[in-house]
Amino acid sequence: MRERRTACPLHTLMVRLIDLSDGQEGRLVRLEGERAFRRRLMELGLLPGTTVRVVRRAEIGGVLELEVRRARLTVRTSEACLVLVAP
Amino acid sequence: MTSALTKATTKRVAIAGNPNTGKTTLFNQLTGARGKVGNYPGVTVERHFAALELEGHGEVMLMDVPGTYSLSACSSEEQLAIQAVAGLHPLERPDLVVCVVDSTQCIRNLYLVLQVIELGLPVVVALNMSDRLAGTGQTLDAEALARELGAPCVPIVASKEHGLTELKKEMARVLADPRRGRPDWRWAPEDPLLAADMRAVAKELPAEWTGGDERRERALALWALLSVDETDELAKLPGGLRAVVARKRKLAEASKRNLDEEIIRARYDWLDARAKLFLKESAASASLTDRIDRVLLHPALGFAIFLALMTVVFQALFAGADPVIGWIESFFAWLGSTVASALPAGLFADLVAKGLIAGVGSVLVFLPQILLLFLFIGILEDTGYMARVAFLMDRVMKALGLHGRAFVPMLSGYACAVPAILATRTMERQRDRLLTMLVVPLMTCSARLPVYGLLIAAIVPCRDPCPSEGTGRSTQGLLLAGMYLFSTVIALLAAAVLGRTVLKGPRVPFLLEMPPYRVPHWASVVRMMWEKSNVFVKEAGTVILTCTVAMWVLLSFPRQAVHTTPTEIPSAIRSVAAVSQSEASAALQQSYGGRLGHAIEPALAPLGFDWKIGIGLIGAFAAREVFVSTMAVVYGLEGADESSLALRERLRTETRPDGSKLYTPLVCLSLMIFFALSCQCMSTLAVVKRETRSWRWPSFLFAYMTVLAWVASFAVYQGGRLLGFE
Repeated sequence: MRERRTACPLHTLMVRLIDLSDGQEGRLVRLEGERAFRRRLMELGLLPGTTVRVVRRAEIGGVLELEVRRARLTVRTSEACLVLVAP
Repeated sequence: MTSALTKATTKRVAIAGNPNTGKTTLFNQLTGARGKVGNYPGVTVERHFAALELEGHGEVMLMDVPGTYSLSACSSEEQLAIQAVAGLHPLERPDLVVCVVDSTQCIRNLYLVLQVIELGLPVVVALNMSDRLAGTGQTLDAEALARELGAPCVPIVASKEHGLTELKKEMARVLADPRRGRPDWRWAPEDPLLAADMRAVAKELPAEWTGGDERRERALALWALLSVDETDELAKLPGGLRAVVARKRKLAEASKRNLDEEIIRARYDWLDARAKLFLKESAASASLTDRIDRVLLHPALGFAIFLALMTVVFQALFAGADPVIGWIESFFAWLGSTVASALPAGLFADLVAKGLIAGVGSVLVFLPQILLLFLFIGILEDTGYMARVAFLMDRVMKALGLHGRAFVPMLSGYACAVPAILATRTMERQRDRLLTMLVVPLMTCSARLPVYGLLIAAIVPCRDPCPSEGTGRSTQGLLLAGMYLFSTVIALLAAAVLGRTVLKGPRVPFLLEMPPYRVPHWASVVRMMWEKSNVFVKEAGTVILTCTVAMWVLLSFPRQAVHTTPTEIPSAIRSVAAVSQSEASAALQQSYGGRLGHAIEPALAPLGFDWKIGIGLIGAFAAREVFVSTMAVVYGLEGADESSLALRERLRTETRPDGSKLYTPLVCLSLMIFFALSCQCMSTLAVVKRETRSWRWPSFLFAYMTVLAWVASFAVYQGGRLLGFE
């Protein structure tokens, strides 16, 4: 874990989605954040246990592109902090 | 309207599906050019419907449903999907739902199909883009899928019209025998607690929602458990329903149950467990989309390409449409003068030429830009690039409270606010659309340029022909660039402020799909261009026409006795009076508009303007560039434009009653700031009225921009005077 994130310690096997490098896969462990956000992600098939891959990120756009169940989704980097995965 | 669309006995078929599944293409291919555009009641979401001939049923009515990933809803826009599919008030229940599924992402798409099945509605599944399966390393067995779902599944390629005959046959069969497409629930709640929750919620559902159907009751109970909470924007929900859902959710939370996950997982588990029966997958090689995205979403190269593309769009709108606009203007000028000279001179000839013909001209003059912009938007949407624009620009736009997709409308605002406001339709949420509509009119549109041209020439005198490298010319250029920068900064600030105050709404998660790149379906692009123009001419056009006639009345009444036949009528107000120059000036000053200019002088004096400028501002309400020709008439220089030396000279010599110069650099600057910020454009207001379906937002737009303009001009003029400028 990077130092600045220690305010919210995580299980050692869990990282935030945003910490995965481009192309890296992880298994979804937990969703945080508002209900509407969690529900929308789950309805798009991002349920705990699902494999998710970070495809690329747009530094200027502040957005992360993911691959889930063969579909490409984009989430904001701020929201990608709310998705916890096991790499 | 086709008779089938009005008959009560006509069968209704809804076309539902996730976004980007080719729903619109299928709709267009099935119905050809017979579609109609309406609006969902109460909201500004367009609703398409059309008659379709089905064997054995005669004409049925086909309706589209807004693209959605799920029928659960928290925004008022998402509520439409459940209302349209389930037939909740005020929408009628469909007799059949055609679910369009993207074959290459079938599991996620089938999630929505399961929800429709739960509602007890007869379903036919259209497996679209079935030709793309091979490229993604998948095979989909439609028959096996139909067996598992208990509803017909038809592989189609909507864009190539493959499988549509078979699809229509299945639609006719299910309409004749609804049981063919209405299986029982595919899954049952395993947890008895969830089943109990559903029963409790079902009791509070309004009877007209369920019609006593037990299957529908369960489905709507699940919908309520998944959708209702304190933050939703759902309208017209019974209080009892809200209360019971809140109670059940609280209880579930207390016992560490996650109701949302339970419900959603139950559907996905059912799908995942059966996927191997109908879906074979092998690892796919890097797709074409992936290879294209490596370039187009590249941090540096991708951004450069994005800027280049946007420059092309902007140039086409800004400069490309210009010749056509010129032709339309000269045609209507010619038509006006021809008609006026053919008719006996008098009030009627004036009304026809300067009111009606000029009014029709001022509506049609927007068409070149509208058509061009929607050609680009159609291509950007259809290819899938619009989603990439949002990807590249989201951080910047979000910081301002704007949607990533607001970028293209904002950019088009530099050409003209009218097509830009029409283009806000590319955003789903009403709040995002409204916010964009409220700030786009602040961008420096091309109608402001003649005004700036005249005033900048008055600030920085520079004889024509001006030496191209002269200091005068470069100062003029700098001033113009400054006005562009100023309007951009103000528009972005306004977005940030309005988004946090007037249009403060619940934050919506930003989850966009990146659709694969596709070749645009040209028929759909052309159809959208036609629909947008049609709606603009019919709905906004009538308002603009009425305003043009009203402006004509305002600026030519009460009439004076002297009257001759007009020789040149570029537009209603451009040549406001049809008499000799000094008489024209006198007539204008005597008109209601002229008197109004006098009347508002006290309000304009603190900005440094006199009543003559007041008349110009009133005339400019027809369109900003009309300010120039109105001022020309006021000064008895009819026919002069912004580059006319006579008019420039007149501005330089014009004095106040006390003999001091009127058009000092400070006054000109104050006037430019006023033009930059005020909503001097009836067409903009007309199109906002058409898009929001009420006078509330155009009134607000006009009020806030006028106040902003007044305050800013006041600050510039009075501040400048305090600093010792004249």
